[in-house]
Amino acid sequence: MSEMTQTAAKPRIERSATAARTYAIFLIIGLAALIIAPMFFYPIFLMKLLCFALFACAFNLLLGYTGLLSFGHATFFGGAAYFTAHVVKEWGFTPELGILTGVVGAAFLGLVMGFFAIRRQGIYFAMITLALSQMFFFFCLQAKFTQGEDGIQSVPRGHLFGFIDLLSSTNMYYFVLAVFLIGMVIIWRFINSPFGMILRSIRENEPRAISLGYSVARYKLGAFVMSAALAGLAGGLKALVFQFATLTDVAWQMSGEVILMTLLGGIGTLIGPIFGAGLVVTLQNYLATSDFPVTIITGVVFMVCVLVFRRGIIGEFYASRLGRKLGFEHRR
Amino acid sequence: MTMIFGIPLQAFLGQLLIGLINGSFYALLSLGLAVIFGLLRVINFAHGAQYMLGAFAAMLMLQYFGINYWFALLLGPIVVGLFGAFIERTMLSRLYNLDPLYGLLFTFGLALTIEGTFRYLYGSSGQPYAVPTQLAGGTNLGFMFLPIYRGWVVIVSLVACIGTWLLIEKTKLGAYLRAATENPVLVQAFGVNVPVLLTLTYGLGAALAAFAGVLAAPIYQVSPLMGSNIIIVVFAVVVVGGMGSIMGAILTGYMLGIAEGLTKVFYPEASNIVIFVIMAIVLLLRPAGLFGRDA
Repeated sequence: MSEMTQTAAKPRIERSATAARTYAIFLIIGLAALIIAPMFFYPIFLMKLLCFALFACAFNLLLGYTGLLSFGHATFFGGAAYFTAHVVKEWGFTPELGILTGVVGAAFLGLVMGFFAIRRQGIYFAMITLALSQMFFFFCLQAKFTQGEDGIQSVPRGHLFGFIDLLSSTNMYYFVLAVFLIGMVIIWRFINSPFGMILRSIRENEPRAISLGYSVARYKLGAFVMSAALAGLAGGLKALVFQFATLTDVAWQMSGEVILMTLLGGIGTLIGPIFGAGLVVTLQNYLATSDFPVTIITGVVFMVCVLVFRRGIIGEFYASRLGRKLGFEHRR
Repeated sequence: MTMIFGIPLQAFLGQLLIGLINGSFYALLSLGLAVIFGLLRVINFAHGAQYMLGAFAAMLMLQYFGINYWFALLLGPIVVGLFGAFIERTMLSRLYNLDPLYGLLFTFGLALTIEGTFRYLYGSSGQPYAVPTQLAGGTNLGFMFLPIYRGWVVIVSLVACIGTWLLIEKTKLGAYLRAATENPVLVQAFGVNVPVLLTLTYGLGAALAAFAGVLAAPIYQVSPLMGSNIIIVVFAVVVVGGMGSIMGAILTGYMLGIAEGLTKVFYPEASNIVIFVIMAIVLLLRPAGLFGRDA
């Protein structure tokens, strides 16, 4: 497992003082761009982008920082979308409580799936997560509350904290942005915490982590639940943005999409998945009007990325001359 | 009417047969996966797509060249096998020194590309492929009605499975393959061309999948989606069986197919997920899989 991240993503980025400054500058530019973005772009598009960016970052927590490839993250994203949509529409929950329900539900699903999946490693881990998520897909297909093929339609966005009307897309956008930023801060805190350090040590050398006395299985499960909960945050948010939850969100193609976003942006980089998600969502939007199937492009991009572009956009940037000059170090 | 566990015998045996047929495909496909994984350390996500390509090859050959089922059964696997070998030689072989997960991701992309292309060209609805006249109709066994083609599928896939097993366990080529699985560097040092062996293996695996696809064409609709529907179940089969042994993959395929068929009799709602449930139980009790050697 450690080879994957070493050979490809090489994510051990040492941040020098220059890099910290560069990061701060980029952070300010990025924030400013996100705040004024609704003046230039269609808000729904931006919100979709932010939801998927958060989803991809949550996924990267597992692949990039723990070295576990989950092929079942659609379960948490789509499952949370269903939970949020259901409690908001049928039980009249407020949006924030609805999203919280989605997160808790996704965390629980993560606990169950993780419990089974961490019994095997590497390729088996990927196959088990895929199989279990397919099982969840069939459950959603047959369960009453998901309303089968129709999905849960016309979910009300409601009033945030009881007084902010989320039907206004400006309000909704800033709510989504706030949740996205909270999610990113949690991820950043998590990977830089002692817990995150131990996860990285598991990724680099699992036997050594075991020999140092860490209960690797428990840490993996913890990371899995954390990643699932954050994916659930993104999913619940998406259910409110689009006001529906359907089978598309729990299908295996969705799990594949989030892998592509992460791979494209840069496995094991904090912000890479955001760019990956941005590219994929833009591409989907662009192709939505033509009859050319997105699947073909997705597939080809996958193959090209794996063959010649394993560091991803941000990984390549860090390793480039400009990136190194700005103080990023991409150690081999 | 004879009853078994409160179910009419006819219905029981009918589902058992369907289970056996599904099991045949699971066995053929998981066998191919195990052969490829054994040597290449790659989980071939495109296995489902190659199975679909086999079915399409049969249908297109009939439509455009009037090639009948029997030749398609031979030509389909050859064409898809060559395609697989080409993919291995030009692209997949570059990934061997990386983490096996990259092989999985690459073949996933390949599967998406193939499936997307066929969906673009032929739409996602299925198209029928007629049962060959020699195997049309059915026979009454006294206790149940057996469509001849279905019996043929069970027998042929059993023969193909045992043939592959014999090829790998009993022939010189198989001995090379097994040796290269254990220690590729040493085998190369003995003068065996291991890269060619790898290409051959991937081609063989793809051909097996296509063979299953041609067999499946008259039973299921020929549709671009038929591959991705089955491959995830086959993954679960592989997790249950463990990829350590060829025979294990075959047996698990049949067992789970039958288990699925029987579930359809007793509790139809769960028939979609029973294989995944079995997988979860096996993971609890024997994490390495029923026949697995690796932890």
